[in-house]
Amino acid sequence: MTRRLRVDPIACAGRRLCAEILPELITLDDWGFPIIRAGDVPGPLLADAQEAVRTCPKLALWLEERS
Amino acid sequence: MSAAAAVAGSQGLWLVSRASGLAVLVLFSAVVVLGVAARLGSAPRRWARFVFAEVHRTLALFSVAFLGLHVLTAILDPFVTIGWAATVLPFASGYRTLAIGLGTLAVDLGGAVLLTSLVRARLGYRAWRAVHWLAYLAWPVAFVHSLTAGNDLGVWWVVLIEWGCAAAVATAVLARLLSGIRHPEPAGRPAGSSGHLTPGKGALR
Amino acid sequence: MRPYDETTGRPASVSTRPAGQLPRLLPAGFAAGPASLAGHVRRYGPAPSPILDWPRRKALIDEVERSGLTGRGGAAFPTARKLSAVAARRAPVVVANGTEGEPASAKDKILLARSPHLVLDGAVLAAAITGASRAEIVVHPSVREIIDQAVAERRWAGIDQVPLHVVTGADRFVGGEASAVVHWIGKGVPTPTRTPPRLSERGLGGKPTLVQNVETLAHLALIARYGTSWFRSVGTAAEPGSMLVTVLGAVNEPCVHEIAIGTPVGEVLRLAGGASAPLGALLLGGYFGSWADAAAAAPLPFSAAGLAPLGAGIGAGLIAALPADACGLAETARVVRYLADESAGQCGPCLFGLDAIAGEIQRLADGRTSSLATLRRWLSQVDGRGACHHPDGAVRMIRSALTVFAPELERHARGWCCATRKQTVLPVPPRRPR
Repeated sequence: MTRRLRVDPIACAGRRLCAEILPELITLDDWGFPIIRAGDVPGPLLADAQEAVRTCPKLALWLEERS
Repeated sequence: MSAAAAVAGSQGLWLVSRASGLAVLVLFSAVVVLGVAARLGSAPRRWARFVFAEVHRTLALFSVAFLGLHVLTAILDPFVTIGWAATVLPFASGYRTLAIGLGTLAVDLGGAVLLTSLVRARLGYRAWRAVHWLAYLAWPVAFVHSLTAGNDLGVWWVVLIEWGCAAAVATAVLARLLSGIRHPEPAGRPAGSSGHLTPGKGALR
Repeated sequence: MRPYDETTGRPASVSTRPAGQLPRLLPAGFAAGPASLAGHVRRYGPAPSPILDWPRRKALIDEVERSGLTGRGGAAFPTARKLSAVAARRAPVVVANGTEGEPASAKDKILLARSPHLVLDGAVLAAAITGASRAEIVVHPSVREIIDQAVAERRWAGIDQVPLHVVTGADRFVGGEASAVVHWIGKGVPTPTRTPPRLSERGLGGKPTLVQNVETLAHLALIARYGTSWFRSVGTAAEPGSMLVTVLGAVNEPCVHEIAIGTPVGEVLRLAGGASAPLGALLLGGYFGSWADAAAAAPLPFSAAGLAPLGAGIGAGLIAALPADACGLAETARVVRYLADESAGQCGPCLFGLDAIAGEIQRLADGRTSSLATLRRWLSQVDGRGACHHPDGAVRMIRSALTVFAPELERHARGWCCATRKQTVLPVPPRRPR
């Protein structure tokens, strides 16, 4: 079971909270919108990833499960 | 129980009720200010934006504890008949019907905001946001309740706290309104766009 | 009604239409107007009989798969796979997409204007195959009246098992994108929607939706009549069949032509009367496509495989010829400004990124100080970061321009440009008021 962090680009408004919580996986482009590193979320970062999903003010992040 | 002890007990409950009520007002005001700060905060600050969002959430949950204490001690006080119904039904209290009723109304509104926030992910963004706006109604209702339901406005520091909270919230609301006018919906974009994006806000912000 | 072989679902008699002959979709000679229903039946024969049970529907899907038909809207997705995916679900809807938001492309308009009944046959057939209860026909405003008339003709003749509902497409570049079309029909908003869920799962009105380009449906209508070997008698083995191509720019007879896939690019230009001036570059595929050096591209087959060595594709079937005396950078800058303005405005990287990129490319074209490094960084930040492929297409076109017009870039950086042509070549609609 692997999990990938995904962003809905339509819902995202560039509030940047996610990049503050999870800088290891999320960087910001020149306009403040998140660029999520490709690949699965490593185990140790999963809690932070869930925190980012929960904190996003626009509910634009989600963890996609793939087995 | 002797009459004196009963009176003392009632006085105790009344004191705790008023004190916790004041605490709830302060906390609620802080929650509103932090909510606006989380929404408006931009450009690198000393504290990351998510801190505002997190503290906003934490304080809101924390204030429920004080609110519970406030309501419970008021209901249990034998010297005034408020009645359990008045905890959720506005204007069901025999004692100071209007003033207490406003308090109940504030709890109902605030409760809706809190509960929808707890299930936000399941509710979906649009529905959650629609209910969240009720916070701007809940606060003034709670404020008027705080002015009319108690007898402490003669105490100078109570008045200070009351107006301090009002000033803080008024500033936050004004800031929120101004930001809404400064970054209006861009004309020409089809309805259905998120509405918060405006070109020309500039690269490299 | 043409009889069907009960077991295979194929036409029972061999087609009378000679294989390997073009045109198939468009009328053979000059026609004064659209083909009437009677004229359509005279040319192609009657529409295949209605297919109601699953074995026959499955047999037809298999036929389409063997024929190798792919979408003609630009994505070239295998049509049989789309049909299968939607046919497997309950109560689907069919959408025939003739919006053609790309201003330089005219093939869908011409097809609808000349052979409306072929498209409508295909839409009805797609509805029968997938089990849909209706088909929405989305058309460009300029051909709305023709399609209304054609649908009325069919209704009067009572030939269709499903109702056809005609909708005028939105007049926006992104309005032609599949999810934007569905959003437009359903809610009147021509913007792409988030995926998941896919349209084949949840689309118009929450139902599984099949969106097909009108040209694809026209080919479908012919495959159902004449079969796989007829369809594959033109084109290449990997990319069989014919396609419509819009040829414009510095050619003597800009028009829409039907070609066999794999026809050499130079031959396609000759069909359009040949170049009207010595050519410098070609824009292949559309405003989402790629620039290519004209001399390098001319001998190559116009097919995905043929153009791959140049990093180009057939896209939505378009070849725009840029004369050597025009400035490729200036043309690119105009198109990019248009693409940036046409962003649906829903996704930050596209809305802000394309806007910034358009400004930077204009500076490059004007010979003002600009940063190629910044431009390249922005291109990689915008690529793939929207909800639809609008930013991706723009990035692809720009990257190809930076490669093909590298000598011009050098000259512009030093402050001069050798273009002498004053008129613009690529059609770009005027900026709409904001």
